[in-house]
Amino acid sequence: MSQPQTIVDKIWNKHVIHKEEEKPDLLYIDLHLVHEVTSPQAFEGLRMKQRNVRRPDRTFATMDHNVPTKDRHVIKDLVSKKQMETLKRNCEEFGVRLADIDHPDQGIVHVIGPDLGLTQPGKTIVCGDSHTSTHGAFGALAFGIGTSEVEHVLATQSLWQARPKTLQVHIDGKLGAGVTAKDLILAVIGRYGVRFGTGHVIEYTGEAVRNLSMEERMTVCNMSIEAGARAGLISPDETTVEYLRGKRYVPEGEDFETLAQEWLDLASDEGAVYDQTLHMHADEIEPQVTWGTNPSQCVPVGAKVPDPEAMGADEDVDGVERAIEYMGLQANQSIESIEIEHVFIGSCTNSRLSDLRKAAEIVQGGRVHENVTAIVVPGSKSVKEAAEAEGLDTIFLTAGFEWRDAGCSMCLAMNDDIVPPGERCASTSNRNFEGRQGNGARTHLVSPEMAAAAALEGKFVDVRKYASAVGGG
Amino acid sequence: MEPLKYHKGLVYPLNRTNVDTDQIIPKQFLKRIERKGFGQFLFYHWRFHDDGSIREDFSLNDPKYQSASILVGGENFGCGSSREHAPWAIEDYGFRVVIAPSFADIFYNNCFKNGILPIELPNEVVNRMMEKSSSLPYHLEVDLEKQIVSDGESEVSFDIQSYHKEMLLNGWDEIAVTLTYEEEIDQFEKNYEKGVKTLGIS
Ligand code: SF4
Repeated sequence: MSQPQTIVDKIWNKHVIHKEEEKPDLLYIDLHLVHEVTSPQAFEGLRMKQRNVRRPDRTFATMDHNVPTKDRHVIKDLVSKKQMETLKRNCEEFGVRLADIDHPDQGIVHVIGPDLGLTQPGKTIVCGDSHTSTHGAFGALAFGIGTSEVEHVLATQSLWQARPKTLQVHIDGKLGAGVTAKDLILAVIGRYGVRFGTGHVIEYTGEAVRNLSMEERMTVCNMSIEAGARAGLISPDETTVEYLRGKRYVPEGEDFETLAQEWLDLASDEGAVYDQTLHMHADEIEPQVTWGTNPSQCVPVGAKVPDPEAMGADEDVDGVERAIEYMGLQANQSIESIEIEHVFIGSCTNSRLSDLRKAAEIVQGGRVHENVTAIVVPGSKSVKEAAEAEGLDTIFLTAGFEWRDAGCSMCLAMNDDIVPPGERCASTSNRNFEGRQGNGARTHLVSPEMAAAAALEGKFVDVRKYASAVGGG
Repeated sequence: MEPLKYHKGLVYPLNRTNVDTDQIIPKQFLKRIERKGFGQFLFYHWRFHDDGSIREDFSLNDPKYQSASILVGGENFGCGSSREHAPWAIEDYGFRVVIAPSFADIFYNNCFKNGILPIELPNEVVNRMMEKSSSLPYHLEVDLEKQIVSDGESEVSFDIQSYHKEMLLNGWDEIAVTLTYEEEIDQFEKNYEKGVKTLGIS
């Protein structure tokens, strides 16, 4: 019998075009997703050298980072406008399919890929965006690249890549009621830090991971990059197959069954060897809130902001002090005493239909706190429509939330959705870096349920006190 | 791309860990569609107050580092987004070499495409460089061919993949190199695309 292999080995071996000692492998790329921010210089590069897009049929573009989510067509920022127009012109010139601002498929690139069925198990997927790791939820090898590499893939449909190391993150047990996929990944990064994944592809395994829905798996894989990992993925199973059945770009009938079997065969073999393995138990995971300026700076909602004076000399005391100061917090302050002024429910981490549903369950019948401005930004136009079809928009609007159009929005504040300096936001996004949501803005990362509860109460609360979060009422 | 074989320059120490790409170049400057001109926005919110005036307390604004071309940083340098605007800003500002105990993967890769040499060195070596450069002008010589960094008193060698090394030494256009494998790519596609067609984008 042949050696047991990980899913990474299997995908890799199928995609090597050229191999040589002392060199990275030349890897074939199945799908290239493109957006307006990291592509203009790449297309310009092609033009200057008179090169073409080798496979427009393996390339798909959308607009997400810059687009307004209110007054769709009033793009006040002329530079943003130019960037969007440039993408449109480039896609026309090079024959690339584009879901532009008016297109029904428009949305955050990592939301629409899976939703359209472009994202499939076993594929190599790249995008000029670090959260491309999201697509790993399907058992694809998906990673972010820089603009030079975007140009390289456009021209050659390939990339020079060193074979990554593999890291298994194994989570046994079942997540408690009110504990979400977001809490799971925050807890992992909270324990192991923002660089434990460097140079590795993470594979998430174990009962707690198997039990996640596809959308929850995307939340987990999305944040792999916050652990420094090259990519994060989960072996395909029946959940994966059923999610993809009937999606637009997935074949039908017998072809689908053939493919589905191939997908299932990709799963890591029993006994496959990883370069490293980390274990956690789902029991240890509680709803998380970040208090600092990187995603590892998080604690359970019932805990306190850490005290730098109580830290060991080998820890990053300076970093913690700086973070506490930037965040305007006190050492030892309880998380539940932190008051917020903004709530953002959205981003490629948590803007899918199930995220909005869960947040709506908390919000239902409640009222946004008078000190809070709260917005919901669905991940794509089709998510927005599906949510409206079940009346989620009414629940949010009645409670005092704003209901916006699809885009990245306040996740990185490149459009008008900005948290003002010194103000505080409970956010379902993935980065709490200094200035991420606006210069001087203070970001606390949480799950959609926790964000919804914070919107109602004006401060962080343990969402498990809401019956709807723990499966009751 | 400009080849880089040997570089001698003044060191600027940035003693912070996890310097992320949002700090290196804040998002409001990602809207430009050009590749040049990002240097003025490097570390923008650390260098400037909100009204655009200079923050005297940020070390890069210290005149003694004005001609620095070697940046020495902390662990996990360049983490965060994949924006190549980060190396563009670093290069455009005038840095050719970045030294740190560890780098984020995408940033590390992006450097080579832009004529910047990222060098990983052990913590204690980086700390010594930080210390020395924080008071008096401190210069380093970097010899890529020999893979050596020297401050005139002591030398340390560094690792680099031979592929990356060649790329910088020759200032390659990577796409041109890959296109010499075009037949292999054609052949690969022919074999690969038999069977069920999985993508319907057209
Ligand atoms: S939602 Fe945020 S993290 Fe996701 S692609 Fe957009 S900007 Fe990046």
